[in-house]
Amino acid sequence: MERSESIPLNFQEVEPPLSTQEATDEATRCLYCYDAPCITACPTGIDIPSFIQKITTNNLTGSARTIMEANPIGASCARVCPTEELCEGACVLNQTSKPIMIGKLQRYATDWAIQNEKPLFTAGKRNGQKVAVVGGGPAGLSAARELALLGYAVTVYEAETEAGGLDTYGIVSFRLPKRISLWEVEQVKSLGVSIQTNTRIGVDLSLAELQQSFDAVVLAVGMANVPPLGIPGEELHGVYDAIDLVKATKSTTLPQQFQGKRGVVIGAGNTAIDGATCAVRLGAENVKVLYRRTEAEMTAYQFEYEFAKQDSVEFRWLVSPIAVLGDEKGRVTALKCAEMALAEADESGRRTPIPTGATFVIKTDFIIKAIGQARHRWLDDVGIATHNGVISIDHHYETSVKGVFACGDAIFGQGQGEAMVVAAAEQGKQAAYAIDKKRRSQRAETSA
Amino acid sequence: MADLISNLAGITSPNPFWLASAPPTNSGYQVQRAFEAGWGGAVWKTLGEPIMNSTSRFAALHFNGKRVAGFNNIELISDRPLDVNLREIADTKKRFPNHAIVASLMVEPKQEKWHEIVKRVEAVGVDGLELNFGCPHGMAERGMGSASGQVPALVEQQTAWVKEVATTPVIVKLTPNITDITATAEAAAQGGADAISLINTINSLAGVDIDTWQTIPNVDGLGTHGGYCGPAVKPIALHMLGDCARHPNVDIPISGIGGIATWQDAVQFLLMGASNVQVCTAAMHHGFRIVEDLLDGLSAYLEEKGLASVQDLVGQSVHRYSEWGNLNLNHQVVARINQDVCINCNKCHISCEDTAHQCIGRYTDENGAPYLKVDEDECVGCNLCSIVCPVEGAIAMVPKPNGLPPMSWNERQAAIAND
Repeated sequence: MERSESIPLNFQEVEPPLSTQEATDEATRCLYCYDAPCITACPTGIDIPSFIQKITTNNLTGSARTIMEANPIGASCARVCPTEELCEGACVLNQTSKPIMIGKLQRYATDWAIQNEKPLFTAGKRNGQKVAVVGGGPAGLSAARELALLGYAVTVYEAETEAGGLDTYGIVSFRLPKRISLWEVEQVKSLGVSIQTNTRIGVDLSLAELQQSFDAVVLAVGMANVPPLGIPGEELHGVYDAIDLVKATKSTTLPQQFQGKRGVVIGAGNTAIDGATCAVRLGAENVKVLYRRTEAEMTAYQFEYEFAKQDSVEFRWLVSPIAVLGDEKGRVTALKCAEMALAEADESGRRTPIPTGATFVIKTDFIIKAIGQARHRWLDDVGIATHNGVISIDHHYETSVKGVFACGDAIFGQGQGEAMVVAAAEQGKQAAYAIDKKRRSQRAETSA
Repeated sequence: MADLISNLAGITSPNPFWLASAPPTNSGYQVQRAFEAGWGGAVWKTLGEPIMNSTSRFAALHFNGKRVAGFNNIELISDRPLDVNLREIADTKKRFPNHAIVASLMVEPKQEKWHEIVKRVEAVGVDGLELNFGCPHGMAERGMGSASGQVPALVEQQTAWVKEVATTPVIVKLTPNITDITATAEAAAQGGADAISLINTINSLAGVDIDTWQTIPNVDGLGTHGGYCGPAVKPIALHMLGDCARHPNVDIPISGIGGIATWQDAVQFLLMGASNVQVCTAAMHHGFRIVEDLLDGLSAYLEEKGLASVQDLVGQSVHRYSEWGNLNLNHQVVARINQDVCINCNKCHISCEDTAHQCIGRYTDENGAPYLKVDEDECVGCNLCSIVCPVEGAIAMVPKPNGLPPMSWNERQAAIAND
């Protein structure tokens, strides 16, 4: 990338939008398949041929509605979905020419709705029932939107200052500007959903209180911050949590302390890539990603990996940190690492990294931890059954506590597919339908 | 290399591609540029009493992202003085003696008017005359153009008047705005025409602006019907060409016009009986340079077919164009899907399911992969699936022998009558 001297410019969206002409040309190329595989490949089941067809007829309100109807966070997903693994990967044109740029067309239609301030939905007739949604991220917003359409009075409790969750705070601005996520929040609010920000369940309000005041509760609490590395020295000044770092780049003033510095990122998932590219764009002179396995095992999407390489991020494979070294002022100066080798694949098919015995030291000014996200431990305290920190649910998104449902990253890891934003959106919808189904059958019993 | 020289009723040109009488042939400057680009001939924009033109004049039908599938105009005949046009014709002919220059003419249906204009244009050296009985707007309201061209007796009479004085071949240009074009074609032949040309433009209204509710085009708040042409009219033109070419009483050469944009289009017109072709909309869309591929493509085609001359193509498909009553009703084709090529867009399935005969099923193979299959017993061979299929070679319409002898409706009726 051409790095700008002006750091804010580095955080502007990198992917340019399609022009009207480009969008029309591309939309016209779509075959308008019947029962198209792109629809099946979309976790939220957006009727993709329809929204694209509507672009060709300049029915952009209709196009945006088709998208947002199936996916309440469809504008964010247009930017962050791994489309080549989903809709675009399934496009039949892969077999004859090149797939339709579905993500970019989705962005074109939703951008149009954002710019033209088109109201897309109206709330359903109130049914007198109330639902609390804990967490205003992708899953929570999605659940709230569906419930509002179904006529429920919904209150969302959001711990942060603004709703949107991962889309607002956790995805780098140069991929997903905050204003997109906040527009989606406004869409949900416009249906009469109340969003109580700066309200953390377990601190400001208890789950029990919600259970008392609402007919149902949805837990869409996501995951917590990056867990400790568990090595000496990680408390030193200059060790950052990748999620906190990304969040800092989405506030009004960008962090300044990385300019001209060298840094390492530990981990090789998408969050690690985000941490590395953020650091580069904040002015770091050199950023290395360290991973204890190899390129073949890294969990970052291929396009994220390519993007990081273009941002001149270096990658070091088969390296595991063993100690953070610092100076007398408690500032990070270096990272001691162990060289690793991969053992044969175990029963799970994954190759375990084992130390070769060799160690070495990398001089560094800062360290970004990106080794996954921890779980919310407070769930256990309020009696919600979890497994390895993941909320246990039945087939109807209901937790061990009756009337309390869960969706999104908080349930990811139970065979719930990949932890994608779009998957969380779909779970939010499904949790809403499950609540509605249950409430309807209860009402039917009561009136019978 | 195959010989491209064409001959229409004695008017020869280096190749069969003429510019039709229209805006591209409005002036000597334009026609000379066209000849330099490679066009074989030009029918000069219609001469007559100079008229006034409106602004705006043109409109087009765009389809699915492609510009100019159809084209519409409300422009009238030449709005330049006759002596200016005649001087430019003379200059052009002097510079390009081997190219065909045909004067398109339109005057009131009066013998002396026709005699006068024929003499004046022949005096400057034109290779032939084309009588414009086709223009559907403006002039028709003054009793000229298609107002004449829709009445066989007027066509015959005026052709005869022209023939009384003409020394060059006379082509009669026919309007398609008539139920049966062979009626006027026959009248032209009866009047002594040396050739006919067809089709002129079709009555049309290009559109209505859904923002302003004005017609398209609109002239200060009003619109009017104009002449429709361009790629969308080609099938209409081909049918009228074929009707004339096979008509026993229309035994004169034909110049084919109507939506010709590529060398393949031209080949189709030649096969259906045209001795040459006239082009307008495609040149208006892209400029005179399109003739380069028209010539190049046609030459390569003739070579591939082993033909020495473009004239060997003329009329070769006319005998295959018949009446429905002669079609073999026992002939059967069915759709067959090539699984190696099919991309599973399911367009054939849904079009057949909703709008044809419900005979393309969706299945899943042992690996869970979807595939489409035609129930050949139910398939009526309508072609719809192969038409909507976006992939070349994915659906073939294949003959399905049924052991029945050929039998047409006419043969069937004859057999019943003989019983």
